[in-house]
Amino acid sequence: MKIFIRSTASISAQETFGAVPFLVNPVNKTGDYFKAIEPSYTNILDPKLNRRMSRIIRMGVAAAISCLREAGIEKPGAIITGTAYGCLEDTGIFLSRIIEQEEQALSPTAFIQSTHNTIGAQVALMLGCNEYNNTFVHKGFSFETALLDSMMLLQEGDAKNVLVGAADEVTNFSHTILKRFSLYKKDGLDDDPDFQSQSAGTAAGEGAAFFLLSVEPSANDYAQLNGLLTFYKPGSAAAIIKNIGDFILSQSINISDIDLVITGRNSDRKHDCIYDELEQKLFNNTMLIDYKYLCGEYPTAVSFAMWLAAKILKAGQLPPDVGLNNIKKIKTILIYNSYLDNYHSLILMSAVNNPD
Amino acid sequence: MDPIKNTSPVFVAGLGIISAIGNNVSECCDSLENYRAGIQDINYLETFYKDQLPVAEVKLSNEELAGITGLDKNITRIALLSMMAAKEALHDSGIDNIESLRTGFISANTVGGMDKTEQFFVDFLADNNSGRLRDVINHECGSATEIVANALGIHSYVSTISTACSSSANAIFFAARLIKHGILDVAIAGGTDALTKFTLNGFNSLMILDKTYCKPFDENRQGLNLGEGAGYLVLVSERVAASLKKEMYCELSGYANRNDAYHQTASSPDGNGPFLAMKAALQLAGLHPSDIDYINLHGTGTQNNDFAEATAIQRLFEAPYPSMSSTKSFTGHTLGASGGVEAVLSTLSINRGMIYPNLRLQNPMSEFPFSAEKSLSIKKDIKNVLSNSFGFGGNCTSLIFSKIIR
Repeated sequence: MKIFIRSTASISAQETFGAVPFLVNPVNKTGDYFKAIEPSYTNILDPKLNRRMSRIIRMGVAAAISCLREAGIEKPGAIITGTAYGCLEDTGIFLSRIIEQEEQALSPTAFIQSTHNTIGAQVALMLGCNEYNNTFVHKGFSFETALLDSMMLLQEGDAKNVLVGAADEVTNFSHTILKRFSLYKKDGLDDDPDFQSQSAGTAAGEGAAFFLLSVEPSANDYAQLNGLLTFYKPGSAAAIIKNIGDFILSQSINISDIDLVITGRNSDRKHDCIYDELEQKLFNNTMLIDYKYLCGEYPTAVSFAMWLAAKILKAGQLPPDVGLNNIKKIKTILIYNSYLDNYHSLILMSAVNNPD
Repeated sequence: MDPIKNTSPVFVAGLGIISAIGNNVSECCDSLENYRAGIQDINYLETFYKDQLPVAEVKLSNEELAGITGLDKNITRIALLSMMAAKEALHDSGIDNIESLRTGFISANTVGGMDKTEQFFVDFLADNNSGRLRDVINHECGSATEIVANALGIHSYVSTISTACSSSANAIFFAARLIKHGILDVAIAGGTDALTKFTLNGFNSLMILDKTYCKPFDENRQGLNLGEGAGYLVLVSERVAASLKKEMYCELSGYANRNDAYHQTASSPDGNGPFLAMKAALQLAGLHPSDIDYINLHGTGTQNNDFAEATAIQRLFEAPYPSMSSTKSFTGHTLGASGGVEAVLSTLSINRGMIYPNLRLQNPMSEFPFSAEKSLSIKKDIKNVLSNSFGFGGNCTSLIFSKIIR
């Protein structure tokens, strides 16, 4: 069975939402937090909803609705979301009020919007969509598991198409706390402006990306989603290399069939060693590009990589300001991501006109 | 296309539970048989509402839970509760070679390590450099899943679901599908949630907490009582089931997830989401409504939920209606754990032939031609049990457990 990516939408630290050119002159990011560039939501959310929603809900719902509109689908066969941290802003608001107001005279709004399934629920509500609706919340696997669930549903024949995506947000509270865990560069990206793993720590990112997956091809498909594998705490570089090799074999292709590998380098010296090793041992003849210098590091960042891969496959080439100049048409992309060294994932995608 | 969902059955091989009515399966059964609810005044949770709102707390402190499980007493209460029930389930299954099987731990919860985060936040709000980091390190929903998976020796597959009060029903059904797709051989699946100030104040601000003991499906119901606990099933493939030297409890024969798409917190008056979920679960199981012997209701005790659920039942079923009851009248509403806790009780209903009473039911809802059960009944042949879990965001999930017919 083939799975087609019919449409996609992303809100990220780059200009990626709506009818904008594909990553032309990407913004050079500084500091230790790549804040998402929020679009005007006027054509997507009514102003009352927009005011009531927190940033993550707005970004998630807008990306989801925009993705559906592009696909020309009114109600998808399922809505599946991944979020590691959930709705942090509303969580922080309700927690603060509990403390400040000593548990009295609390308004329920922030509590209601703090639940992890709020984005998927809001999308279902706006569409009047009664179909399957699920939310995965497992750290660096949140998006990948949503994707796996989508692929299984399509295989089961229960749904002909699935709206799947991810969203995570950074708040003042969360950034202040995560900084204390030494996740980010002390002086922000001034330590490593080229994102080449020169120092310890990374930069925080956030965003939302959604995809409409369908078992039926359409004239405007971006790409085909061929395969997905996650592996948890592989333990060693050798195990990672073996898992990647086995995955490629399982997809009945060779490394030489892969035109581009998108890696999850995040500029943290310690975290990025594995990519150096892969570049030397496995992908020494393959073109590699990174993506987290564009969107920052967050548990569902791989959803941005999938958006990037879908756009590249539709265009057949890299955006001029990303990666190397290449002549060869890009038909097959492997995304390899690792998050906090524990969560590893592989996503294989190919151009729609690819012969099997 | 592969008819994946119909070809390979998934069996329940083990059960584990901890709730306000007992720290394991046999204690919970004893309480159910003796009409003993676990709802009381608040004992452990530090809150302004200590003497005002009854809750269904697990009757063990974090120190005691840590002593029994071997986990650190400073970790989150959801991890401690989860470990109690998951360990019991794994032991009960008789599987002693999880290392050589593809074993997954699929858990669910609603607010992660909020019990510790809310302690951290008191200091943190006063000074952003203050508050012990060890109290927020396990805030994320996935943390407790990993702590318990690690302690059980499960390293190959972990996942966490959060869909409000239907969370662990969705975890069970996702796990079953992973087995049917050949991704896993064994899955310990269910959920956990602990009482926190965050949820108590949240539900209190929504004005849906009963200040007395809850009365699900009663004409004069006034809201829900919050509870805490954890419940897990060990689900196995047919091949693993055949290799075990024990009888399987039952088959997970049906499941479905539908969305009410009506309101962020309220259920639709026509019970559309619950209706669609129950109907689709029956369809997958290949059963007719009349095949259901017992419905373990979502039955929170709020005006809104019970009316919507009963409406959906009335739309789907016809007289003679199946027996039904809400075990939340014993355990309180354990939120993200409720689907797991009630899946264990539904399995036991088939296994022990028990239909549980719905405590404190005086006047059945006048709008409907059926009533929840007032007393315990023992029936030898309970073949099919339907378990409902509905949550905020319109997330409605129904599971069906069926006796294995030889």
